[in-house]
Amino acid sequence: MPERPSAAPRVNDFTLKFANVNGSGSASANSLVMKAIFRMGVPVVGKNFFPSNIQGLPTWYEIRVTREGWRARSGRIDLMVAMNAETYGRDLRDVAVGGYLVYDSTWPRNSLHARDDIRTFGVPFAQLCNENFEGARARTLMKNIMYAGTVAALIDIDLEVIRGLLAETFAKKPKLVESNMKAIEIGYRYAREHFECPLTIRVERMDATRGHVMIDGNTAAALGCLYAGATVGAWYPITPSTSLMDAFRTFCARHRTDPETGRRDYMIVQAEDELAAIGIVIGAMWNGARAFTPTSGPGISLMEEFIGLAYYAEVPAVLFDVQRVGPSTGMPTRTQQCDLLSCAYASHGDTRHVLLFPDSPEECFQMAAQAFDLAERLQTPVFVLSDIDIGMNDWMSPEFAWDDAWRPDRGKVLTTEQIAGIEKFQRYLDPDGDGIPYRTLPGISPKAAYFTRGSGHSRFGAYTEDSAEYKDVLDRLTRKFATAAKQVPQAVIDGRNSAMAIVSLGSCDAPVREALAGLRKSGVAIDYMRVRGFPFGAEVEDFLAAHQTIFVVEQNRDAQLRALLTLETAVEKKKLHSILHYDGLPMSAAFVIDGIERALDKGVAA
Amino acid sequence: MSFIAKPRVANPGLPRNELGLNRRDYEGSMSTLCAGCGHDSVTAAIVQACFELALPPQSVVKLSGIGCSSKTTAYFVAGAHGFNAVHGRMPSIATGANAANRHLRYIGVSGDGDSLSIGVGQLAHAIRRNLDMVYILENNGVYGLTKGQFSASADVGSKSKKGEANEQQPIDPVLFSLALGASFVARSFSGDKEQLVPLIQAGLAHKGFAIIDVLSPCVTFNDHEGSTKSYAYVREHTESPVSADYIAPREEIRVQYAPGESISVPMHDGSNVLLRKLDPDYDPTDRALAAAYVQQRAMRNEYVTGLIYVDESRRDFHEQHGTSESALNVVPFERLCPGASKLAKILTAFR
Repeated sequence: MPERPSAAPRVNDFTLKFANVNGSGSASANSLVMKAIFRMGVPVVGKNFFPSNIQGLPTWYEIRVTREGWRARSGRIDLMVAMNAETYGRDLRDVAVGGYLVYDSTWPRNSLHARDDIRTFGVPFAQLCNENFEGARARTLMKNIMYAGTVAALIDIDLEVIRGLLAETFAKKPKLVESNMKAIEIGYRYAREHFECPLTIRVERMDATRGHVMIDGNTAAALGCLYAGATVGAWYPITPSTSLMDAFRTFCARHRTDPETGRRDYMIVQAEDELAAIGIVIGAMWNGARAFTPTSGPGISLMEEFIGLAYYAEVPAVLFDVQRVGPSTGMPTRTQQCDLLSCAYASHGDTRHVLLFPDSPEECFQMAAQAFDLAERLQTPVFVLSDIDIGMNDWMSPEFAWDDAWRPDRGKVLTTEQIAGIEKFQRYLDPDGDGIPYRTLPGISPKAAYFTRGSGHSRFGAYTEDSAEYKDVLDRLTRKFATAAKQVPQAVIDGRNSAMAIVSLGSCDAPVREALAGLRKSGVAIDYMRVRGFPFGAEVEDFLAAHQTIFVVEQNRDAQLRALLTLETAVEKKKLHSILHYDGLPMSAAFVIDGIERALDKGVAA
Repeated sequence: MSFIAKPRVANPGLPRNELGLNRRDYEGSMSTLCAGCGHDSVTAAIVQACFELALPPQSVVKLSGIGCSSKTTAYFVAGAHGFNAVHGRMPSIATGANAANRHLRYIGVSGDGDSLSIGVGQLAHAIRRNLDMVYILENNGVYGLTKGQFSASADVGSKSKKGEANEQQPIDPVLFSLALGASFVARSFSGDKEQLVPLIQAGLAHKGFAIIDVLSPCVTFNDHEGSTKSYAYVREHTESPVSADYIAPREEIRVQYAPGESISVPMHDGSNVLLRKLDPDYDPTDRALAAAYVQQRAMRNEYVTGLIYVDESRRDFHEQHGTSESALNVVPFERLCPGASKLAKILTAFR
């Protein structure tokens, strides 16, 4: 073999990528590899790039092994497992200089071995499967499990850890543990016999994942809904929010079902469309149950009319928008932060809404609970803006904490006793000066009755076309929005004394944090603010005022966060410089650093 | 319309129901509809039905969409919460409200535009869910608030006020509901209170989705010659194969009919609906027959009225979902939240 440049030894700091065909069962093999590394105490980042398709299209899975515990993509590929002939050419190109590529050598692929700056390992996976397993389906599945064995040998994953994971997965089917383990061992042995194992990139046991879990944001949000006491969920199936409702259903079946009667303390309604889904949520919360709908951009577009009603008639509602690439149908399985403006101002007329921006599954869990409290306290729709990256990828996350003393804040809802004690109930007054009126639930007393309407109404809830009465209510809603700014989660601020800063949100946090460390290490003085809620609080205003040059990092083309900041704060527009990432894939730190360095080269900073 | 508010005093001599309430207690605010509007008669029938059933006002929830008909929820049972939703979307609000509290009585009022055009999808799916509510469709074949366009229930050949004839096929809410498997389908006429009141009462007693299509003429835009939804036309073109009487729980069925002449349908709340056959060949428990009967009469330009079809055995929305007997909006938080120690256990599956 000719000499090839070899990678510098990089223990616990490299990236694997698996190129597969979707529907072939590769997902379980890939997550087996990731979980095994995680169980060896080494932090990992998993990113799934999948098509909007059921079977037959290319799909990739990326695992970054990161001893530093970074949470973003690395932006490079050190080991490619190229199992998809269709994408082989591009997968080969993607490997970093000095990296490695594993392929199925059952079929000769000499003509495609066009690079001599990487090392390739041919393993006859298909042939080995045919020799060792019966049946077409088993052979396909086992081929995937087998490459996991080969990878384990190449990067030194402990086979006992893999056996333990398989034993847990197939606890009720021990035969499957044996057949899967057989495939693992065949792939493992082949690699040991034919290649120098382990490679310079390899895994070494650490103790950096204790107290952590691997969980996706949709599952975490569903868990938050369970813990916050949500009882009604309504949705129309849409990628990428379906898994949120699936998880809620699984949790509820386990924790909300009477073991004796089988009766359920929850109701999940699959609506006929998103218009009905949000209607069901509004109807349920109007009637005193905590209700939510998970959706994505196209669903938000359809819900807008009802969202305006809930805003104006002051009915609480909780929406999870797991953002995907737009416009229109866009790329349904790719990630973006492209619904900021459409959610902030959803519906016709003067409407503004409360938004929460989780950066991780952990915040999806926390903010799910906060969203219900805010919606009920403020009597208005609250949006949790997650995205595909957070919602559908497994993130290493500290175990979630729950305070058993926590009780839901149901807001200003008058009880039967309180109603009995007052002379006359009026729906839209502002007795506390915070813009928030008192409400009542149906069923308690004729004295509590009022009429909910989206037509013009006075502070007494009566229909009106009187200018002064109409403005009176609208101006109170402005006061209520100012109250909301004080109640949404505060921005997270890192550093206050530099002239330069990054402002970002949501899933950008992972690459921005890593970029920040890199920039600071190279001597760039730069601060950071991650906004977590809208309307923006005073701390956002202060931070913007205190910095001269501000890079706004976000994942959309039109600089929607920057637009919101210029519309809703006093910041000078020319201070804000956009760094925009909108190709549908999660960002890397390198992208952020590159964007800032280029701007600085152009003389952006003062 | 009148701008004079009705005084809230009632004649002490007015009859009172079991709760000690009189009919005025079931009224709402003053109607702002045109004088002679069929919808006001439907409102009066709802008032009478609720008064006679002695429903506690707060046990009723009133829901509507947008349109003349949808305004009427403000005109009855002032002591009930009301929700005037967006156009055509009342069924989803009703679904959510019902999900949150299964123990209230949900009365939805809609129109032919609200139900059969913009809201036809939501109506269809409320029927499929067998949502426990009474859905009153005030059907006049015309858009009133926007000044006289045809609605989806306008019959072929029916003429607008300007003389234009409708050419599109109508959607008959009765046939539509029967086709989708509604468990209670009735039709009546706003001018026939004797028929309408017991139908509303039976619909309230029915466990599931009770749709009542009420032909309710629009005096301003659709009461002229050539219209098939005018007072004169409807009066002359209705036929009822069956009459329905609502018999409250504990009340005796006094009238005796010869075998085969009547059917008594026991309702979930212990009441009975006594159906007397005016046409001996009619069977209101046979869906296929009911649909064929309505269709045949429609071809002869006749509206079939009365309780056209009823099936009390079908599982309603909550039964389908297996929800707790307790309303979901009052389940104690301690029962809803699994707590910190369970959370640690749940999370072990993610290690």
